[in-house]
Amino acid sequence: MATPVKVYGPPVSTAVSRVLACLLEKEVPYQLIPVNMSKGEHKMPEYLKIQPFGQVPAFEDEDISLFESRSICRYICEKYAKQGNKDLYGDGDNPLVKASIDQWLEAEGQSFSPPSSVLVFQLAFAPRMKLKQDQGAIRQNEEKLKKVLDVYEQRLGESQFLAGDKFTLADLSHLPNAHYLVNATDMGELFTSRENVGRWWSEISSRDSWVKVVGMQETA
Amino acid sequence: MGLKLHGLALSTCTARVATAIYEKGQDFELVAVNLTAGEHKQPSFLAKNPFGQIPALEDGDLTLFESRAITSYVAEKYKDSGHDLNRHNNLKEAALVKVWMEVESQTFHPIIAAIVYQHLIAPLFGQKTDQAVIDANLEKLKKILDVYESKLKSSKYLAGDFFSLADLHHLPYIYYFMKSPWTSVVNDRPHVKAWWEDISSRPSFKKVAEGMTIGQK
Repeated sequence: MATPVKVYGPPVSTAVSRVLACLLEKEVPYQLIPVNMSKGEHKMPEYLKIQPFGQVPAFEDEDISLFESRSICRYICEKYAKQGNKDLYGDGDNPLVKASIDQWLEAEGQSFSPPSSVLVFQLAFAPRMKLKQDQGAIRQNEEKLKKVLDVYEQRLGESQFLAGDKFTLADLSHLPNAHYLVNATDMGELFTSRENVGRWWSEISSRDSWVKVVGMQETA
Repeated sequence: MGLKLHGLALSTCTARVATAIYEKGQDFELVAVNLTAGEHKQPSFLAKNPFGQIPALEDGDLTLFESRAITSYVAEKYKDSGHDLNRHNNLKEAALVKVWMEVESQTFHPIIAAIVYQHLIAPLFGQKTDQAVIDANLEKLKKILDVYESKLKSSKYLAGDFFSLADLHHLPYIYYFMKSPWTSVVNDRPHVKAWWEDISSRPSFKKVAEGMTIGQK
């Protein structure tokens, strides 16, 4: 039996949860290794060897050591193409399908993630960490996120999921930030007030894989 | 029918795609998008990129946006010609290319883009340069390039001893950054400097850089 892959980092981390969701979709056995961020473990020399920017997650599969959650997800889909959800990153045969997934994965990384990450930090995490909120940043990024979700509203009126009619990595990549916005802030209305986005959010967030990841976050 | 690249020669993201196409020994038709006239926000362009940004690629019936998705598509479609940009025959190397593509996308890009915007682009629109933004991002850039310096001691390029999309994606923004007063951030780091001089002297990029005229008088 193959050694389980290793994922380093806490499940409450958005980037770690992105990788966990992918592993569950692909039915890849994994070992979750804690990284004590409150004690600064992610900035210590031992950890920096596997993630030189001092961020979570880090990932190991036999002799391959990776970081950056979206690249880890792509790797998992390619290496374990024949098991679990086979539509997550194209079927290997049609480059047009993969290109569409990459396009919307990039849209997530370049357009959705920056404003949503600021809002998640400011609204969900800063209060817990007793940090002062930056109201200017909140307002500015809320406006940016609205514009992005307007584009999604139009797109999701044309196809069931972002890259086409199947759930893919492009949708999965949105789960971590959107989950916090909908469940831990008052920004959920941005999703639920848009009919197609609301429908899409409801479908992707109720997938078994994501429900399981949320369970891990809540018991962490 | 060949590739049509909708964008502008001086645009960083258009240049990213153009370089990849040339690296694969292919050609394209550049279809200029008149940003000054707001063409990128018109319905005919929004049909190609609903986010209203350049570039967009047309390849027959396929239209793609997001430059890093386009380069990946080009690298894969033409994998049997030109330079091997994605190491598709080696799972481990391909994975490392993906890692450093994401580093550029998530860690490097926001910082360098902020500096280039303030220094080169804001003045074009009559906006005041925010030096505080530049200063804060220069400090972040130094820390990022310290990691690159360390990495480039153990391999010639970012993902290994081979030039790949991971390096290519850095070309356009560093090119404009090197027109700024802060080039020491690159030049003070010998391995980063050597890497930059190597990748920016590739014929594919030299051809593209001829059109990258922002800031030139």
